Amino acid sequence: MQLVLTEEQELIAATARDFVAASSPVSRFRALRDAGDPLGYSPALLREMGELGWLGIAFDEKQGGAGLGLAELVLVVEALGRSLAPEPFVGGLALGGFALALGASPALQSAWLPGVLEGRKVVALAHQEPGSRHALTRIGTRAVASGSGFRLTGAKSQVLDGFGAEAVIVPARTAGGGDDRSGITLFLVGKDAPGLASERAIRVDSRNAAQLHLDGVVCGPESIVGKLGEGASLLEAVVDRATVVLSAEMLGGMAAVFEQTLSYLKTREQFGVPIGSFQALQHRAAQVYMEIELARSSVMAAARSVDAGETDAAKLVSLAKARCSGAYLLAANEAVQMFGGVGMTDEYDVGFYLKRARAAELTFGDAAYHRQRWARLGGY
Amino acid sequence: MADLETFRRETKSWLEANAPASLVGQIGNELEGTWGGRKATWPNPDAKRWLDVMAARGFTAPTWPKAYGGGGLEPAEAKVLAQLLRELRLPPPLIGFGLTMIGPTLLRFGSEEQKTLHLPRICRGEIRWCQGYSEPGAGSDLASLQTKALRDGDHFVLNGTKVWTSYADQADWIFALVRTNPTAKKQEGITFLLVDMDTPGVSVSPILLISGKSPFCETHFQDVRVPVANVVHQIDAGWTVAKALLGHERTMIADAFGGAGPRPDKKGGRSYLAELAASKLGEEQGRIADPIFRDEVAAFEMESRAFALTVQRTKDAARAGHQPGSESSMFKIYGTELNQRRYELLVRLLGPDALGWEGPGFDEADLEITREWLRSRGNTIEGGTSEVQLNILAKHVLGLPS
Repeated sequence: MQLVLTEEQELIAATARDFVAASSPVSRFRALRDAGDPLGYSPALLREMGELGWLGIAFDEKQGGAGLGLAELVLVVEALGRSLAPEPFVGGLALGGFALALGASPALQSAWLPGVLEGRKVVALAHQEPGSRHALTRIGTRAVASGSGFRLTGAKSQVLDGFGAEAVIVPARTAGGGDDRSGITLFLVGKDAPGLASERAIRVDSRNAAQLHLDGVVCGPESIVGKLGEGASLLEAVVDRATVVLSAEMLGGMAAVFEQTLSYLKTREQFGVPIGSFQALQHRAAQVYMEIELARSSVMAAARSVDAGETDAAKLVSLAKARCSGAYLLAANEAVQMFGGVGMTDEYDVGFYLKRARAAELTFGDAAYHRQRWARLGGY
Repeated sequence: MADLETFRRETKSWLEANAPASLVGQIGNELEGTWGGRKATWPNPDAKRWLDVMAARGFTAPTWPKAYGGGGLEPAEAKVLAQLLRELRLPPPLIGFGLTMIGPTLLRFGSEEQKTLHLPRICRGEIRWCQGYSEPGAGSDLASLQTKALRDGDHFVLNGTKVWTSYADQADWIFALVRTNPTAKKQEGITFLLVDMDTPGVSVSPILLISGKSPFCETHFQDVRVPVANVVHQIDAGWTVAKALLGHERTMIADAFGGAGPRPDKKGGRSYLAELAASKLGEEQGRIADPIFRDEVAAFEMESRAFALTVQRTKDAARAGHQPGSESSMFKIYGTELNQRRYELLVRLLGPDALGWEGPGFDEADLEITREWLRSRGNTIEGGTSEVQLNILAKHVLGLPS
């Protein structure tokens, strides 16, 4: 594994960064929040990103993608994370898209993937339920056999990018209970399916999320993504990829908020000198710098490891998420503290990063969760 | 790439043919590695044979030019060689400050005569070097050093004391910072000088540390005459050389403390730390029975891995032609703090078994951990304190104002 960008990757990173700087400053996110926009993102900009080929980067060419990998996708997502661009890359592209690519039948793929990769459709995946915390297999939603298909009943919480999505992939129990790994099946449910109710969840980070209620939603066998009763490993593989994508977004966010903090330290004067000349702040800034560097190495390694299908890829995914969770919160907390009073105001952007850092930390498992997972994967 | 594969194949079979079997599985760390030098002893004669055969091929200093005794390898080839040594579980044939500190410094700043004289002797393990930087009155404020060097014809006459000169009692030569101009601004009156420890007037006394043992010494200079030809770079320009060498030192320290990556675990098996924790605390359903220690072991392993990946990233970037920055300061801070955390965790895992000072009644390995825990407290002081490194990061990497 080489932890250095190739020329092609440098080009992707630079293009994404330029595009985001020109088309998606933080003020765009702020305007969406202020307007209470129901989607919370711009469908037009999403289509533009599809035309640029960003959504298809990590998908096979025969599926309509560019045939590259997570190592390239994370560069685009990092750029988006820098300016808190709210387009549905984590819930829509990474969860929904990878679930389709890894598990769906050719018929489902051809019906849905082109739209997802062109940015015309969003397919979400409901990985969380009320009370499930970070346990992916703690699923109470039941799929009861009915005729040739199933009837789904249950509730899903904070379905990322799920409000207004064309379809949602819903993990449900066809057998078993509790945290059982077996008996889980993934179903693709169209937004207009009778018995499905979707409500926008208003979150601290203002990002799109939906609360879903399923009341006897009918799903035919053709809507199963993956294999009947064996959805746990598909779900974990998909969430691992989405975790790398989210980690990359976090990396962009922490880098940006830290740059803004450094710039403030160099210009804000108190006692007649720039506050960045104080050693107490210099050493704390240097600590943040180091944590970001370690987070970056972890994200690069995780992306390459998943791309290569290495045996310890899952450990590196946990490493990336744990490091990014700690580093993003540190960078954001320190930003608020070093900006001082204005850092607490809604007018300044640093609060947006703090909110997103917390939301991202508590998505797909926090650092403590991933330490437990690392220990389990390490055989202890 | 094909060339690299050929290199890998040929080197592997050469190593398999030439490495003494008794060295497989040996660790080449500070305590057990081969340092060489005139005073070297060879409890295992195979270690000497291993040094000689590797030195003859230029593999003690793989990337140095062949003309000076090195291997003339490209960085990518040197990485392959290092990987092969790990794979075959072979210790490095030679370690020491000649290879890691003064060698790279001479390659950059030394005169042709200095390179021709000193580098081959380093490569062959004939001369062991030590470092004369700190003084009783010059620690973090290194540039305030006072060891006097007065010009007398084509010699300098040295008077003063250097402190924390690691392994000075076993070294043959010392590279020292001395004051040649007492009136100039403090950084501008310093000269970088090479001194043969056999010169009359050089004496060494050991320093005992809280760990009960120590590689450290005080080195005294009393009217020591050193040829002006032993000045590296220029007179009064030693600070430039000193800073460059400190970068090498920080990288060396970082590598020693895990930057080179975790020791390869048994395939699919537990790490050393996890195994120790399981044996001391017991297991429940395949897990370390104490959930808090289990969490701490995982936290430490993850931090180590992230650090090793960051060191690797910097090396990969350097190989790809990117200019290295001041990252060595980050590695110095992080590597040493990790080593401290490692020993903090180890002694707490041992519990009361960690309280031995010497036998009987205590396990040899546990005693070693206790001594190393105490020794590790010095890691964030030696080679530039963590606080000095944070200053360097803040000013030179982050651009924060003075």
